[in-house]
Amino acid sequence: MYSEKVMDHFNNPRNVGEIENPSGVGTVGNAKCGDIMRMYLDIDENGVIQEAKFKTFGCGAAVATSSMATELVKGKTIQQALEVTNKAVMEALDGLPPVKVHCSLLAEEAIHAALWDYAEKNNIKIEGLEKPVSDIEEKIEEEDY
Amino acid sequence: MIYLDNAATTSVSEEVFEAMKPYFCEQYSNPSAVYSFAGQSMKAVDEARARIAELIGAQPNEIYFTAGGSESDNWAIKAAAEANAKKGKHIITSTIEHHAVLHTCQYLEKQGFEVTYVNVDEYGVVKLDELKAAIRPDTILITIMAANNEIGTIQPLKEIGEIAKEHDILFHTDAVQAYGHIPLNVDELHIDMLSASGHKFHGPKGIGFLYIRKGVRVGSFIHGGAQERSRRAGTLNTPGIVGVGAAAAQAARTLDENLKKETQLRDYLIRRVLEEIPYSRLNGDPVKRLPGNANFCFRFIEGESLLILLDQKGICASSGSACTSGSLDPSHVLLAIGLPHEIAHGSLRLTLSEDTTKEDIDFTVDELKKIVERLRSMSPLYEDFLKQGGK
Repeated sequence: MYSEKVMDHFNNPRNVGEIENPSGVGTVGNAKCGDIMRMYLDIDENGVIQEAKFKTFGCGAAVATSSMATELVKGKTIQQALEVTNKAVMEALDGLPPVKVHCSLLAEEAIHAALWDYAEKNNIKIEGLEKPVSDIEEKIEEEDY
Repeated sequence: MIYLDNAATTSVSEEVFEAMKPYFCEQYSNPSAVYSFAGQSMKAVDEARARIAELIGAQPNEIYFTAGGSESDNWAIKAAAEANAKKGKHIITSTIEHHAVLHTCQYLEKQGFEVTYVNVDEYGVVKLDELKAAIRPDTILITIMAANNEIGTIQPLKEIGEIAKEHDILFHTDAVQAYGHIPLNVDELHIDMLSASGHKFHGPKGIGFLYIRKGVRVGSFIHGGAQERSRRAGTLNTPGIVGVGAAAAQAARTLDENLKKETQLRDYLIRRVLEEIPYSRLNGDPVKRLPGNANFCFRFIEGESLLILLDQKGICASSGSACTSGSLDPSHVLLAIGLPHEIAHGSLRLTLSEDTTKEDIDFTVDELKKIVERLRSMSPLYEDFLKQGGK
């Protein structure tokens, strides 16, 4: 059902954990739907993401997409991190089963939520970043219709 | 491999397989044919029918072979509705039925029937007072499962049967999980129709039956031939029928012993899990449950992750999480017993067979403990829970 890469990231998730006093932290998804993703970012004074950590409640795909998303944003600038879309996460994992695509949206949303928190804490505006929706499923439904 | 998904399907037993073998290449005749070559096939079908009937105190001519439990449920409910539509259009069922029953009822709702879905208590037992209150002059059918496929709760069939009989309403029960595992007697329980499936008790897949009490008038489901007294057309699946008959004979011989053995092992499993894994709960009734069924919820984790990690240790299990149900909602059964979504997502069903050993259970619990701990260590819900002081 899952690609080898998904299984690898599920079995050996990269960057699991918390960051103390993170530059930004975002939690997306909801327990009702069975997926919650929390992403912590440590961003240096040049706006480069030095460290990314995550914690996830969810299925195999939710864990794997979180893991891959943290890998993809590490070492990137904020603008580069914004380019890590759900498609990028999916491609990096060699694809996801159709019913699991929402997990990759959740990963993208988690990055945005953490960056939004960072922007709010520092009173800055990040070009191209919209306030993330708190409930990822609501967004999926909006996109569907 | 440790196979703990016997509610999904069981292995065909050696005894059953041996009984079936001659009916593929040697005794391949169509049992309905006239020539003497067909005689042995027909005799084998008759014997199987008798064994199957005997196990539930029925007569052989009350057993109708089908392709399995889902077909039996569809037939029983649709045909009962159709046959009695002039009398009334109201059906009573429960919120925790298998989808073969629920979706059939929903289909009938679209055809103009009304369905009352009776609630269950926190253990998954149908609320009898609600059932009684739901009865109307136009109620034509009560369909309540014998035992639940997810949480294993055994329903008070006798009481339900008495209520149905008192009001002259047909009583159908989906006994797919119960037949061959717990004693059932159609007369004592006042059952008019009963669905069962061969592969749930060591018979082959693709074969099941519907018991229809003599005198109950329901129409045929598959049209096109005189088989099964014209009620279910189609060339008889001789090897399948022989297999399910052999499985019934085996069950008749071993039911009491297996019931005792599996119950003991199940209770050992339940005790170990609840004692050794914090924030876990048992779903379903602690006593009135199928001998081989254990169903748990582990807070702060999700079922599919659990299944993948168990699989990597060679343990086959199942879950009622959304990810395994193919929708965003977790199991309707877990929601019906009052669990919130987030807890229902973390469910695990382990179903034993008579071949399950104490070593299997010990290995499974030992691995389960590690897996639950690992998934919790990466769960934001658990992190919040700990930060809030474990409340």
